[in-house]
Amino acid sequence: MALKQSDSVQKSRAVPRLIAVGIIVMCLIALERSHVLSSSVILILDYIGIYSICVIGINLVNGYLGVFSLAHAGYMAVGAYASAIASKYYFTEEWMFPASILIGGLAALIFGIIVAIPSMKVKGDYLAIITLGFTLILQSIFQNMSFVGASQGMNDIPKFTNIYWIFGCLLLSIYVVTTLINSKFGRSINAIREDQTAAMLVSVNVKRIKITVFAISAFLIGISGALISHLLAYTSPAAYGFSNIVEGLIMVYLGGVGSITGAIFGSAAWQLIIQLFKDFGTWRWVIGGSMLCIIMVILPKGVFGYKEIGGVVRDLLQKVRDYRVKRKESDNV
Amino acid sequence: MNIIIQQLINFLQLGSIYALVAISFSMVYGIAGLVNFAHGSIFGVSMYVLFFVSTLLFKTIKSTWLVYVAALTVACVVTSVVALIMERVAYKPLRNAPKISVVVSSVGVGMVLEYLLLNIAGSRALRMPSLIPKIRINFAGLPIPLYKILIVVIAILAMVILNIVVKKTRLGTAMRAVSQDPVAAGFMGISTSRVISYAFVFGAVLAAIAASLYGTAYSIFSYNVGDSIIWWSFIAAVLGGIGSIRGAVLGGYLIGAISVISPIVLPVSSYKDIVAFAVLIIVLLIKPTGLLGKNESEKI
Repeated sequence: MALKQSDSVQKSRAVPRLIAVGIIVMCLIALERSHVLSSSVILILDYIGIYSICVIGINLVNGYLGVFSLAHAGYMAVGAYASAIASKYYFTEEWMFPASILIGGLAALIFGIIVAIPSMKVKGDYLAIITLGFTLILQSIFQNMSFVGASQGMNDIPKFTNIYWIFGCLLLSIYVVTTLINSKFGRSINAIREDQTAAMLVSVNVKRIKITVFAISAFLIGISGALISHLLAYTSPAAYGFSNIVEGLIMVYLGGVGSITGAIFGSAAWQLIIQLFKDFGTWRWVIGGSMLCIIMVILPKGVFGYKEIGGVVRDLLQKVRDYRVKRKESDNV
Repeated sequence: MNIIIQQLINFLQLGSIYALVAISFSMVYGIAGLVNFAHGSIFGVSMYVLFFVSTLLFKTIKSTWLVYVAALTVACVVTSVVALIMERVAYKPLRNAPKISVVVSSVGVGMVLEYLLLNIAGSRALRMPSLIPKIRINFAGLPIPLYKILIVVIAILAMVILNIVVKKTRLGTAMRAVSQDPVAAGFMGISTSRVISYAFVFGAVLAAIAASLYGTAYSIFSYNVGDSIIWWSFIAAVLGGIGSIRGAVLGGYLIGAISVISPIVLPVSSYKDIVAFAVLIIVLLIKPTGLLGKNESEKI
């Protein structure tokens, strides 16, 4: 795992990373301005970006911290509603959009801290059901609150989201999460995942770290909710129920837990399956479900479980090199 | 007085159905150590099999009881076969993998089954023919729906038979051994793999029985009928202590009671979800392994 690197190694990677970010931004601007891509392709890219943010957030708790949580639909709902209210009534100008994104994230963050409290005591399936309950209680509250349109949902949310906001937020969240994971804090998270009692014995502050991780995860998922409500211009409680929970789980575990590459790969793969097979109607869910089973049977840890793309490429190159050396040796013999 | 008795019967009916599904869910969990998210779709499959077989049979046979037994038998066989195939294809290759991969695989299986139902049978809501004759009798001036009581009796009968099988037979002993410690059970000469397959069959049969009772009680259903049932029985199983049969029964009746009582007391009917979850969260915060659960390591 690429977690034991010292800080100096981290610093030397900053320049190539910055270059990569620059290239991505240039590509995006070029693609959008040149009108090569049709609006439906742009929409798919939007979805991939938004769900990548969401899945990175889920991954922090479900992957890095190793807690099976189902609260993501709830955070997403809170983020979507809070930011929608903010930009509909208070921040109505487009340049104020960051403020309403931030409000969505912060509102979700508060709920993340609330969910973190039972996670100190309750474990495993029992915690899963509490987080599920949290999501469903929120859904039910939104369904009965006439202020946000009850079960009809909110309409006429200003359409502020565009591809720059989405990928800007995505790059920012990737940066924040990688920095976090590769720091001392990240090593404490790993220690808690592997053995909570042992982590406590080497004076890791389990309580503080768990609450922080839950809060950051909720913040990221809340941001994705804010983005999606401003992309679709409406939000309804029905969108944040079982199907959202299941889709989030699929994207996390398809890509592989404990990996940012995995999170992006998982959300991209799943959104592509859903959007490309649109002509098949409901059969696409059958296709998607069976693909999920097949991938799980072949790769039980997901495609990038606890691996990043850099590590995978390096391993592959190493294997090729080993193979060549072996062949040379056998030729010589 | 009349209303109280009606609600009492409604509570018993709903609680029995929840308890039955919760047991079937809990059994697979206890023995295979897996939260089987595909179980709701198994329930849905048995619903559709019951519907098609019984409508077909009602054209020739007049006796409701005969049709009920025949349709239930067919449903049990079909769902058992589906569950066995599911276990063989999606769970068995993952026996040594991390638990969470099996859970995700079960999500995939559930999705496949549910949308197959949607594509084959259509999205419109169907009406189940009443499998138990809807007789009402007057007892001391009060109209008592006899069929609701019959539903409760059938459910309790199924639970008692299951309890006898688990407690008294060789297979039941093997099941309890596997649920306690699969490795040690393997050393005692128990074929763990076969016991797990049996657990899936038992779960499917119980789901089919519950589906027949649910169909009689509520009649209208569509392709996603299993979704809410399975989440509520998951909650019931966890509330009582997952993996324990008595816990599942207790949890099922508790959830049934909440579902029946809270719409009467509270202004909005959908607040019952909030009440149920609030009870659940409070119980888990006080007793983290459910009401009758044993303290053991986590299984996910």
